[in-house]
Amino acid sequence: MAKTQDKMTRKVFDHLVELAAFELDEEEAAYLHAELNGQLKAIAELEAIDIPGDVSITSHGVPYPPEARPPLREDAVHTYEDVDDILAQAPDVEDRYIVVPDIPNEELS
Amino acid sequence: MTTPLCDRSAHELLDLLKAGDVSAVEILESTLERIHAVEGRSPTTAPYEPQPGDDDSIHAYITVTEERARAQAEAVDKARLAGDDPGPLAGIPVAVKDIFCVKDTPSTAASRILETFTAPYTATPVERLEAAGALTIGKVNLDEFTFGSSNESSAFQPAPRNPWNPAYVPGGSSGGSTAAVAAGEAVLSLGTDTAGSIRQPAAFCGVVGMKPTYGRVSRYGLIAFASSLDCPGPVARDVTDTALMMNVIAGADPHDSTAARIPVPDYTQGLEDGVKGMRVGLSPDYFRLRYPDPETGELREQPVLPDIEAATRRAAEILAEQGAVIVDDVPMPNTQYGIPVYFVISRVEAASNLHRYDGVKYGYRYPQGVDELREMYRRTRKDGFGAQPKLRILMGMYVSGAQYEQAYYERALKVRTMIRADFDTAFDPQGEYKLDALLTPTTPSTAFMMGKVYGDSVLMQYADLLTVPANHAGIPGMSIPAGLAENGMPMGIQLLGPDFSESTLLQIGRAYEGCTADAPWRTTKPFVLMKGM
Repeated sequence: MAKTQDKMTRKVFDHLVELAAFELDEEEAAYLHAELNGQLKAIAELEAIDIPGDVSITSHGVPYPPEARPPLREDAVHTYEDVDDILAQAPDVEDRYIVVPDIPNEELS
Repeated sequence: MTTPLCDRSAHELLDLLKAGDVSAVEILESTLERIHAVEGRSPTTAPYEPQPGDDDSIHAYITVTEERARAQAEAVDKARLAGDDPGPLAGIPVAVKDIFCVKDTPSTAASRILETFTAPYTATPVERLEAAGALTIGKVNLDEFTFGSSNESSAFQPAPRNPWNPAYVPGGSSGGSTAAVAAGEAVLSLGTDTAGSIRQPAAFCGVVGMKPTYGRVSRYGLIAFASSLDCPGPVARDVTDTALMMNVIAGADPHDSTAARIPVPDYTQGLEDGVKGMRVGLSPDYFRLRYPDPETGELREQPVLPDIEAATRRAAEILAEQGAVIVDDVPMPNTQYGIPVYFVISRVEAASNLHRYDGVKYGYRYPQGVDELREMYRRTRKDGFGAQPKLRILMGMYVSGAQYEQAYYERALKVRTMIRADFDTAFDPQGEYKLDALLTPTTPSTAFMMGKVYGDSVLMQYADLLTVPANHAGIPGMSIPAGLAENGMPMGIQLLGPDFSESTLLQIGRAYEGCTADAPWRTTKPFVLMKGM
């Protein structure tokens, strides 16, 4: 169970920022860090709830009996007609390939 | 003075259209005229510099799709002249929240990162509206990626204002939708509700807003926030219009595996049948709130705004006079955990949904040369995301991290089960309460002033305290106008019912609406409609 010392430290925050591929200036980082810790105070309320042992998780509220679910689609190829519309959204395209900057890699010995 | 076409209800306009008294083009012109009169300057993603006039205009739209709407209106009029049926919503201007993809329109989610994105396909509910003859008049503003309760977090500024008093927020995240409908800039709007994002702004702007049962309306083409909670739904001026729109947008969809294969009733049937014998509950847990102190963060208990409690209790009296059985003191003990649970579940789902925005396949990419891919991601997200998406990604990653997952995420999913169980008990036909619906205030307060809550992400979230339990449970909810508070701002009351009970909620809402049709507050109009129009 989470305890007071589990509130997000700046070190953990910086680690998450790196994992999320964010780049923050100090003012923004301080604001976001403080807001997250404020939210964690509200979340801490959950710790005090006495949850009976037989309570299962709910992934969404409405039950989905098989008759209410759409049947699985046939495993058939559907060709999308407007491929050019989709490619037109890419910021950088060359010969119908999406171009990205170099992907960092290491040569395997 | 006769009421301008743009201020009339959809059902009234449909009667006029069928009788040949007006054309779809005339309705469109009336609506465009109103947009030009009240909208003010269009919002942009440029750094916001306040200008004179910003504070007495509505700024509901990010994009007005005048040409699309005009072509649709002309097609409707042509079909009618030829004796063809142009569809059940033919000629009705609809504003679409800019979180839905609509082919060939900018579909921005009110975020810089999607500012340049033009959707290559149309969301199912919009496709159904257009097939029904509705006029897509534009894409309306929202909180960035729907992350907020005031519209102030939109990357497109100036943000929408409340038509009743532009110093106040319209609510959110479907604030552009409710502002547009309240101000006569659209007759209907398609919004989304993840924690109250249709019902809360509907209450703040004095219009009707329905969150359907999860799975009742397809999410295909909706830019996802929290996939287990998101529900598209109608914003309208009255209950009948809400029913008309539900008839069009509800139903199964092969593109959305969570869109339920349950038959869609005609929601206009039984609207006028009244509430005799219906059991309507009131719960003390919806009249007192646990709320964090803005200074200390300590939780304290406080009542909802007395005017709102009084309006809710008065609504119960009115329904009782019509023959409903009012059941007092229905316990909903887990209501208070709705927001903490939401802070966990919605963030985990949002983080998962937001990782796709990386500048590679669509949307904004940092335009300067960078050496490597990861730097491109960082620069793109730095410029592209506002504070809210960043907060939600970071929190989602934190609470789903291996070392915290059990304490936070798993625990939240179990408390979600307990919230659902409160409703199951209240609505159980064999149970103690046997409710057809629960009647509650929609919001703890009326609209707040621009800038008053924005920036405090905890306090802002608590605006959804009374609406979020329905999202956790998946059940339908509807907010309807219930008068004006002492400060002149609208108040909303909420009806919550069991899964797929939208017809019942509409029937109860219509009964209340009919009984209060002559109430003095109904003659008061939003500020923007009073100033020389």
